[in-house]
Amino acid sequence: MAYEVDADGIAVITMHMREQPTNLFSLQFVSAYLKICNQALKDDKVKGIVLTSSHRDFMAGADLKFVSNPPEDREALLNGILDMHQHMRAIEKGKKPFVAAINGNALGGGYELALTCHHRIALDDSRITIGLPETQLGLLPGGGGTQRLCYLIGIQPALTLILQGKALRPQKALAQGLIDAVADSPESLIADAKKYILEGGGATQPWDNRKHKIPGGGVMSPNGAQTMIGAIGNLRKKTHGNYPGATYALAAVHDGMQLPIDRGLEVEARYFVKAFYSPEAQNIIRTGFFAINEAKKGKAKPSGFPTSRIQKLGILGAGMMGAGIAYVSAKAGMEVVLKDVSLESAEKGKAYSHQLLQKKVSRGFMSEADRESFLARITTTVDADDLQGCDLIIEAVFEDPNLKATVTKEAEAMIDPDKIFASNTSTLPITKLAGASQRPDQFIGIHFFSPVDKMPLVEIIVGEKTNDQTIAGAIDYVTQIKKVPIVVNDSQGFFTSRVFGTYTGEGALLLSEGVPPTVIEHVAKRVGMPVGPLAVTDEVSLTLGIHVMDNMPSMPEHTQRIYDTYQAMAQQGRPGKKGGKGFYEYPDGGKKHIWSGLADLFPVQGTDWDTQEIGKRMLHIMALESYRCLEENVLTSPTDGDIGSLMGFGFPPYTGGVFSYIDYVGPQTFVAECDTFAQKYGSRFAVPDSLRNRAENNQFFHPQKVKA
Amino acid sequence: MEAYIFDALRTVRGKGNKKGALAGLTPTHLSVTLLDELKNRHQLDTGQVEDLIMGCVTQVMDQGANIAKTAAQHSGYGEHLCGVTLNRFCGSGLEAVNQAAAYVKSGFKDLLLAGGVESMSRVKMGTDGGAMAMDPMVAMPGHFVPQGISADLIASKYGFSRTDCDAFAAESQKRAAIAQERGYFAKSRIPVKDINGFTVLDHDENIRPTTTMEVLAGLDPSFAMMGQMGGFDAVAIDRYPEVETIRHIHHPGNSSAIVDGAAIALIGNQEAGKKLGLKPRARIRSMAVYGTEPTIMLVGPAPASRIALKKAGMTKDDIDLYEVNEAFAVVPLRFMQDLGVAHEKVNVNGGAIALGHPLGATGCMLLGTLIDELERQDLATGLVTLCIGGGMGIATIIERV
Repeated sequence: MAYEVDADGIAVITMHMREQPTNLFSLQFVSAYLKICNQALKDDKVKGIVLTSSHRDFMAGADLKFVSNPPEDREALLNGILDMHQHMRAIEKGKKPFVAAINGNALGGGYELALTCHHRIALDDSRITIGLPETQLGLLPGGGGTQRLCYLIGIQPALTLILQGKALRPQKALAQGLIDAVADSPESLIADAKKYILEGGGATQPWDNRKHKIPGGGVMSPNGAQTMIGAIGNLRKKTHGNYPGATYALAAVHDGMQLPIDRGLEVEARYFVKAFYSPEAQNIIRTGFFAINEAKKGKAKPSGFPTSRIQKLGILGAGMMGAGIAYVSAKAGMEVVLKDVSLESAEKGKAYSHQLLQKKVSRGFMSEADRESFLARITTTVDADDLQGCDLIIEAVFEDPNLKATVTKEAEAMIDPDKIFASNTSTLPITKLAGASQRPDQFIGIHFFSPVDKMPLVEIIVGEKTNDQTIAGAIDYVTQIKKVPIVVNDSQGFFTSRVFGTYTGEGALLLSEGVPPTVIEHVAKRVGMPVGPLAVTDEVSLTLGIHVMDNMPSMPEHTQRIYDTYQAMAQQGRPGKKGGKGFYEYPDGGKKHIWSGLADLFPVQGTDWDTQEIGKRMLHIMALESYRCLEENVLTSPTDGDIGSLMGFGFPPYTGGVFSYIDYVGPQTFVAECDTFAQKYGSRFAVPDSLRNRAENNQFFHPQKVKA
Repeated sequence: MEAYIFDALRTVRGKGNKKGALAGLTPTHLSVTLLDELKNRHQLDTGQVEDLIMGCVTQVMDQGANIAKTAAQHSGYGEHLCGVTLNRFCGSGLEAVNQAAAYVKSGFKDLLLAGGVESMSRVKMGTDGGAMAMDPMVAMPGHFVPQGISADLIASKYGFSRTDCDAFAAESQKRAAIAQERGYFAKSRIPVKDINGFTVLDHDENIRPTTTMEVLAGLDPSFAMMGQMGGFDAVAIDRYPEVETIRHIHHPGNSSAIVDGAAIALIGNQEAGKKLGLKPRARIRSMAVYGTEPTIMLVGPAPASRIALKKAGMTKDDIDLYEVNEAFAVVPLRFMQDLGVAHEKVNVNGGAIALGHPLGATGCMLLGTLIDELERQDLATGLVTLCIGGGMGIATIIERV
């Protein structure tokens, strides 16, 4: 941190943490900051203080490494925070104006620091975001944000921002009152900040001003009461109570905003500590933050290979997947050759990019010229010769092994012998497809998810003969397009499809047992799945499910029951959403709803259902199948499974992913519950010996930093 | 020892908004109107009355700081008369009666007053805050939803349609209109006068004899917006996943009306009655409260009634007439479905949909209406029951003597 006093008597504190690429909020930072502040307050020459940063960010938030390694002494942490508040309050009341000159992102603790200043000016740059995203991480603002923001802009708008964890661009932040002014340039930012002080800008916080009224009224005002009641209902609607940090944030506002600021800060601190040590926050930060960020940087890449960059990419097949891959690759600056059997089809694939870009143009986020230069990077063709010079080929043709063999041979003949050929298959074994290749060691699966432009995960599938250099090259490509790679070994359905299949399967089995479809669907969402198993089966289509099972050499009993369930639907002419009829009805222009005929096809048994157990069955079966993937070396690490489950099929983030989930439930409890389910519902819940051994030794997949 | 009801009076009910006839009169005034009437009617030696227990739900402003003692002090019964205000939400008026009966039956007290009051025009429902709905740490795990959502949830779960509820509402209006026209309420329904003695209201202001199914069909559901915008449909479904969607079928026409009113009963033992020359009209045979799951909230009357019946050694068929509070049409509908009771025996003179539901007073009002009707038809036994916020139900069984 730099400290300078200019000739006008204005002190400028410039934050610059040397050990890291950005400024991060921590108790250590605060104590250093307070020292400088007190120096400024004591110095009679200093009229006021400007706080800014020389990093690109003003301050990016809390140091999550600290959160993921929480200190054992919880009460000491609470006392540390209370102590911090006391000192920060002294600065606020020190009678010298503090101005935050927000030169970059001011998020979480960064914005809370700005809130302790008497005036906030931000650089008017649309890349900058300002706000309190803590609830997204399972936490709540713990630096006074829940209280100060309410005083500043009112309880309702503050709650909206805090509970959605939404950060705002400077112009919006200004409109909503998060900041007081914007500045056009970094120079005018500091100049304006100094001007505020020189022109005698106030040094009293609204919460210290007796005349200040909370905009919109306090918690107990009629307006406040309505806000609170509605916020609680909507929070359950959104989280189903699975994210305690958000509930604590709301409670901190409710309890704290009925008190003077100092006591309100104490209330917030107590809830913050509770959220800080919640397993949900630990799960979200471990997987949702650290693991995904590391994967994004290519952590899975085998060592010893220099970074390769794809200049030119060939895509075979311009259907939905091919078109999406073309878009994300061209977006990363690659030259893309998009080949299909007819130019018309190839052009249709390219038109998809046009369509996506046009949305940006019409919203003013992109110029027409930029759109054209983007589209110019995608060349459509029917001629394999055009694939010459490609650094990588990805085939995304129809899921037919013979067709894939033909295109593999055709393309391989065109590219240099050291280049990689990849298949985007989602169902066919890579090792088998590699049989058609001249260079099976350079053959790999790069499995995208649909819609490609939105889904961040890419599953890299390693065939029997695939070599490390090929894996490294595939990972480099995925990181180049800024997606998140996980590496899995070849197996039926790879990792994501295989595990997700157990979810849809469990849904069909529950239905066949006589559990009402509404219970199945609502309970799935209640435990945090984004879509119910029956709805998602409709999306994938029952016909496809039947097709996959038809190709199985033999079916275990429960698979047979799933098969029978799908067949019963097919016989009623209900193939799924594409066919307009499935488990759901899809009325024209209306909302989909469960097909009433399901009650006849699968008569409901009983009147009361153990919905806790139903929820557990759906999550447990996915976690158990994931463990089998690990045991069979389809997955090589629990972390990959956690990432893949979160990003590939929407396993609930509060669990941290399939393996974190077993830890979260508790290994022994998990095994005991699976045993019960195996007894009641069948051998698909049978626990592998190795997992049982792990549980007996109370072995977790991830180090448990927080004791339950 | 037996607990006898010597009398049970109620005020007429005025519409519970700023245009309502009784809005200009305070809840203290409404309460004292009845205390005066009781005193005059029975030449009551007020010095013998030991306590006044009153139910009141929204205990702030005019109704804050113990409205029962406020009324007692203002009544001229004497300084000795104490007052206690209780809150069992919509069951408060009946709870007051039950507590009075319990005092008498136990022998701790000989003669006391019990009832309730609610001026919904002057003190708005919900203005007393409360953690159940507002405190996230309570309301999140509690799956709090407003009562209208609970009512629509009951309809969705137990298969009651908008037509079922509208038909019930139209019937309630019809029965109440006939009862008013034929003077069935006259005995215990007290007109409210102003400070000069001029009559302000002499009938139940909310009855709409012209109500038809067609009129009701034109009303918009009241809780659809709340269910959507407040997230409460989703909250209800989290608790009741078997319900695909919440069908919003309740509206102002098939829900209880918001009104002003008070009710007070005189309760004591045989000895006290003899001493004061009071003739017992009925005795209290049993009482019960029972808590159910709070999100669906309003299904308590049937289980509470079952307990009361069991304690009285009776079956549902031993009851001649039922008064089931019509908080929402679906409440008595579900009660009749659950307990297996015919509509012919239930709310024969209409209910809160037509007459209104002054929260703290209703329980005691229903008791008075029931005694009058048992006497008119010369029947013996009756059961009063109400659904209550937070998932409670209350029931009291009486028998004429």
